[in-house]
Amino acid sequence: MNAHMSPAASPVLRLDELSVSYSVRGRAMPVLTKVSLEVGRGEAYGLVGESGSGKSTVALALQRVLPPSGRISGGRALIEGQDVTSLDRAALRRMRAKTVAMVFQDPGRALNPSLTIGRQMAEVFAILGSSAREAAERSEAMLARVRISSPARVMGAYPHQLSGGMQQRMVIAMALAKSPSLLILDEPTTGLDATIEAEVLDLVDDLRREFGASILFISHNLGAIAGLCDRVGVLYAGRLVEEGPARALFAEPRHSYTEGLLRCLPRAGMRKGVAPLDAIPGFPPAPGSIKQGCVFAPRCGLSDERCRTIDPPFAVVGEGRASRCHYPDRVADLPRATPAPALAVPARDDAAVPVLALEPLSKTYDTGGAKVHALRDVSLTLMPGETLGLVGESGSGKSTLAHALLGLLAPDPGSRILLDGKALPPEVRSRSADEIKAVQIVFQNPDSALNRSQSVRRLVGRAVKRLAGLSGAAREAQVRRLLDAVRLTERQLPARPRQLSGGMKQRVAVARAFAGSPRLVVCDEPTSALDVSVQSAILNLLAELQAERQVSYLLISHDLGVVRYLSDKIAVLYLGRLMEVGRATDVLDGPHHPYTEALLSAAPSVSGERGTRIRLEGQVPSGLNPPTGCVFHTRCPRRIGPICDTEEPPLAADDAGHAIRCHLPREQLGRALATAPVAEPA
Amino acid sequence: MPHALGRFLAKRLGLSLLTLWLLSVVVFLGTQVLPGDPARAILGPLADPRAVAALNEQLGADRPPVEIYLSWVGGLLTGDMGQSYAYRSPVAPFIEAALVNSLKLAGMVFLIVVPIGIGAGVLAALHAGRPVDRAISVAGLSLTVIPEFVSSIALILVFAVILRWLPLSATWPPGAGPLTQMQHLLLPALPLVIVLFGYIARMTRAGTVEALSADYTRTAILKGLPWRTVLSRHVLRNALLPTITVIAAQMGYALGGLVVVESLFRYQGIGSLVLGAARAKDFAMLQAGVLVIGGFFVVTTLAADLATAMLDPRLRTGGRR
Amino acid sequence: MSDLSVRAPAEMTAPAVDRPQRGTLATLLRTPSFLVGAAILLFWGVCAAFAPSFVPYDPYADDLLNTLSPPSAEHWFGTDQIGRDVFSRVLTGARDILTIAPLATLVGTVAGTAIGLVTGYFGGWIDAIVGRLLEVMLSLPLIIVALLVLVALGPSTPTVVVVVGLVFAPLVARTVRAAVLSERHLDYVAAATVRGEGAFTIMVMEILPNILPPIIVEATVRLGYAIFTIASLSFLGFGVQPPSPDWGLSIAENYGVLVGGFWWTVVFDTIATASLVVAVNLVAESLQRALAE
Repeated sequence: MNAHMSPAASPVLRLDELSVSYSVRGRAMPVLTKVSLEVGRGEAYGLVGESGSGKSTVALALQRVLPPSGRISGGRALIEGQDVTSLDRAALRRMRAKTVAMVFQDPGRALNPSLTIGRQMAEVFAILGSSAREAAERSEAMLARVRISSPARVMGAYPHQLSGGMQQRMVIAMALAKSPSLLILDEPTTGLDATIEAEVLDLVDDLRREFGASILFISHNLGAIAGLCDRVGVLYAGRLVEEGPARALFAEPRHSYTEGLLRCLPRAGMRKGVAPLDAIPGFPPAPGSIKQGCVFAPRCGLSDERCRTIDPPFAVVGEGRASRCHYPDRVADLPRATPAPALAVPARDDAAVPVLALEPLSKTYDTGGAKVHALRDVSLTLMPGETLGLVGESGSGKSTLAHALLGLLAPDPGSRILLDGKALPPEVRSRSADEIKAVQIVFQNPDSALNRSQSVRRLVGRAVKRLAGLSGAAREAQVRRLLDAVRLTERQLPARPRQLSGGMKQRVAVARAFAGSPRLVVCDEPTSALDVSVQSAILNLLAELQAERQVSYLLISHDLGVVRYLSDKIAVLYLGRLMEVGRATDVLDGPHHPYTEALLSAAPSVSGERGTRIRLEGQVPSGLNPPTGCVFHTRCPRRIGPICDTEEPPLAADDAGHAIRCHLPREQLGRALATAPVAEPA
Repeated sequence: MPHALGRFLAKRLGLSLLTLWLLSVVVFLGTQVLPGDPARAILGPLADPRAVAALNEQLGADRPPVEIYLSWVGGLLTGDMGQSYAYRSPVAPFIEAALVNSLKLAGMVFLIVVPIGIGAGVLAALHAGRPVDRAISVAGLSLTVIPEFVSSIALILVFAVILRWLPLSATWPPGAGPLTQMQHLLLPALPLVIVLFGYIARMTRAGTVEALSADYTRTAILKGLPWRTVLSRHVLRNALLPTITVIAAQMGYALGGLVVVESLFRYQGIGSLVLGAARAKDFAMLQAGVLVIGGFFVVTTLAADLATAMLDPRLRTGGRR
Repeated sequence: MSDLSVRAPAEMTAPAVDRPQRGTLATLLRTPSFLVGAAILLFWGVCAAFAPSFVPYDPYADDLLNTLSPPSAEHWFGTDQIGRDVFSRVLTGARDILTIAPLATLVGTVAGTAIGLVTGYFGGWIDAIVGRLLEVMLSLPLIIVALLVLVALGPSTPTVVVVVGLVFAPLVARTVRAAVLSERHLDYVAAATVRGEGAFTIMVMEILPNILPPIIVEATVRLGYAIFTIASLSFLGFGVQPPSPDWGLSIAENYGVLVGGFWWTVVFDTIATASLVVAVNLVAESLQRALAE
């Protein structure tokens, strides 16, 4: 079974048919089944998987911190040759203190809120036998090594006084302080902004060489894994289905699950209507539900009788590569789950009245006497049937803009929102029925957006009644039509949200938004709560509904791939100011605003090619006290001089309407980072 | 950012003063406006109308309510709590003496219940889901709802009547030392201990369980720290902070429970004073007593909030960044 | 529908993962503490309803020739100071409290839920003002507030129901408000607002069904405390009035002779009171666990 090649003589980590199960109501549910892998000295190994694949369980099992219901049910896990599963309490503590370190998602919760950073750092050295003074000195030195500019000040700070990115650097510093042989990173950048994520990944990459630690990097983010890791293992339903060198594995997968996953990713060159995404049908099986055959067979387009009855072995399929698939050579021929015909792209009529025009929109919050400009003089237009992608980090004003459109908050006096050329009243309660039904929303998280106590019939039916004014049989018929449009059936009518999968829930949310034939739908991170394989089906659904109904989207997303795939126009916000706006191709190809350029360079790509990443210094300034002049000057890598600090540049447009707010002349601005030629998988 | 703490303190103090003011209005409404005609309430339905009018004039109840309220509050601010109708003398000395006695009893209660309650809560949390935990939880919960007069009777029967270990009377002989006083206070304190124990144990347990499952505790374990250190430095430090507020909130409750216990053990505290005033319809005494009890609660919660603020770095050093 | 449509994904044909709806009741019936509590409660419920028709003596009839007689074959629990049969009185004694306490709980739960919904949903100055008033109510021990009002209005069954109910309302309101606040920021509330639903509809049709479990738990816990409070008030003379065989009242009437060794006059009443409050509490606790699943 153990077919892969070991990269070094004595691996730092070796999993030998490791199995873990959780007991749920007295029944044992296998979460990991006979997972074998090795991480060599100095190697970075990436473990990829969607939610429920068991990838985080690997990390917990390795350190013996599984929740009470979980237990290691078989196999061994060797760290530096020692079997973790059979260590006694003292040996386990020694291992945790010296050999293995771990960084989790959500650094804000991993740090003790009532102890200073210095004290928490010093603990690590104290266990290793340092005196109090020595521990403090070494802590400060360690902070400097994770690029903290004023370590002494940070030592005395409490976790809540630091930003998310800084907190994660503290956690990494604490982890590396003991010079561990193995560093386990479990989704270390999930929840951080793109530029911060890039910064943390860069730091990990640098430190890994500096400290010579082996890394086990666990993530659902294929791009992040591709950028950091030497080798990759793909986990599906608790089984390792493919393993190999990162570059080769992503360029030419040898398992149909990996192939399917990659086809779901909206990459450069893919666009709605032109080159639609593929999807993986179905959803992952419940742990232990597949008793025979390949675990992926039910969702695989290549599967046949053999796949459904015989569990394929983990077989060598090339230099350092292994795959648990009966047909590793036919993977590239995997039929599309979704047929690929191009959608009819609507003819654009530039003389048409925009669906939405902001001329302009401002919103100021009053927080205890101080004013926060969440949005300042943002002017935008959006044509019928088009998508406007709204890009920016947290605090940029994206959500404020969406809420103002929906009438959930009143913009500042002097703001004007025009819907089909007519002024839209600021608050929802002063809008007419037609205006209400014209602007609807699909939220990020369907668990929050769907009332958990209501059935699908009620959820969609209520929207039909309010927005389309239908009742009785007409309402029921319309509900069924809407479910049909989002590829659900009447079987789902009596279901409550918790009985549906994540993708199905989001379909219900989409159906609800379309209940009254809207003109504009705000899509607020519509896929970021979903797994990659489900996300592509929702993106295609949105694209298709748009082509059919000439609806316009305001798309808010931190995922540039998603924005690129759906958007006709892109607007970039920073601290409530519009920094750049234009046709999607113009914004992506450049010339770029320096901030846009940084955002584009921060987006990880599965090709593993990391262009020169543009690092942004410092943190996003507080909206309470925004920088003078150009709001971006405090972090701008292209700052020209004092003019940037004192005078705000105008939003200057070229002939095509591509507008950039920068003092630099256009020809000196960066260009075409996003479309740099990258090796696309065949 | 020390001025964040200053602002928090100022705000908290302002809110407490506001609460005190509202409290005085509520008490005033309850004792002066709700009964309608105080003299009629005192003298009964069959009394001569002239006597009623005369008494109302004597009580000052024939004036407009706002005027009565203002003169009452004005008096309170200068330390004058009014005249007791039943004792025909100023209220203040009675309140003062009773408050001292009640504080002794309440102090005794907390001296016993705080360590036991917190200890049991932590113990239960450390064995969450196991028999020890179930036992502590169910016992605590069941004891909490037993009225003081019920447990008092059981305790009197066992300790004073059958075993004769403890004196039945809560009132100690004049000139008794602190130890004798505590001996006399033990029996009346126990019913309140029984009621408060479950509550404090439960809150402590909840806080500790939460801290035990927190990510920062896992971080501490993964640092390879000994379990004792993880527990004292990371778990309990974060778990016990909210418990302070809970305990303070129960101070006020304890004073309410004193009404029953003090009257049952014939102890001259604020509770029996209020009860006596209520029975005698001695409104001046009643409103002063109730206001003092409410005021005491406001002061203890304020103190607890301040203590929490001092100990919690998130409040002490201001908000994020 | 255009023929360009995406093929229906297989996920919709997959069986929906179903958690049993009746899980709460099934869990309860397997919880020993619930069964014990429910049995005791049922016993006192039956006594409250039918005891006068099956007790051996008239609970109100005095017998001055036979006062303070110890338990015997004739009088199982003995007789009290005026010769009434304690056994008959204990069994009928649940009547008043099992009428007043549930009604008071109902008043408190309904009023508290309404206040909690409004303050939690609207927030802002409504929340600030009402919240401050509630805090004032809560800054006085419940018994004291009840005492204050009952002195002013005079104790009668309807007054006790309303007063105890209103005294509990702030506590219920606090729980409901916290529950509403955790729902308030969920997107389904925003979604309802965006489709033009009014505040009342959102509160009652959207939010309320989701916060029913904590309200039910709160109501059962409050029932326990209502019994506690009303029993205490009766003991102090401001609750149930003589000649009712109510337990708190009986204890107040007879505990003076406890020191004389006439323990049977109060002990059975205390056991009855304790069993009732503990039973309600066991049910409340089991319910809370079952709903938390």
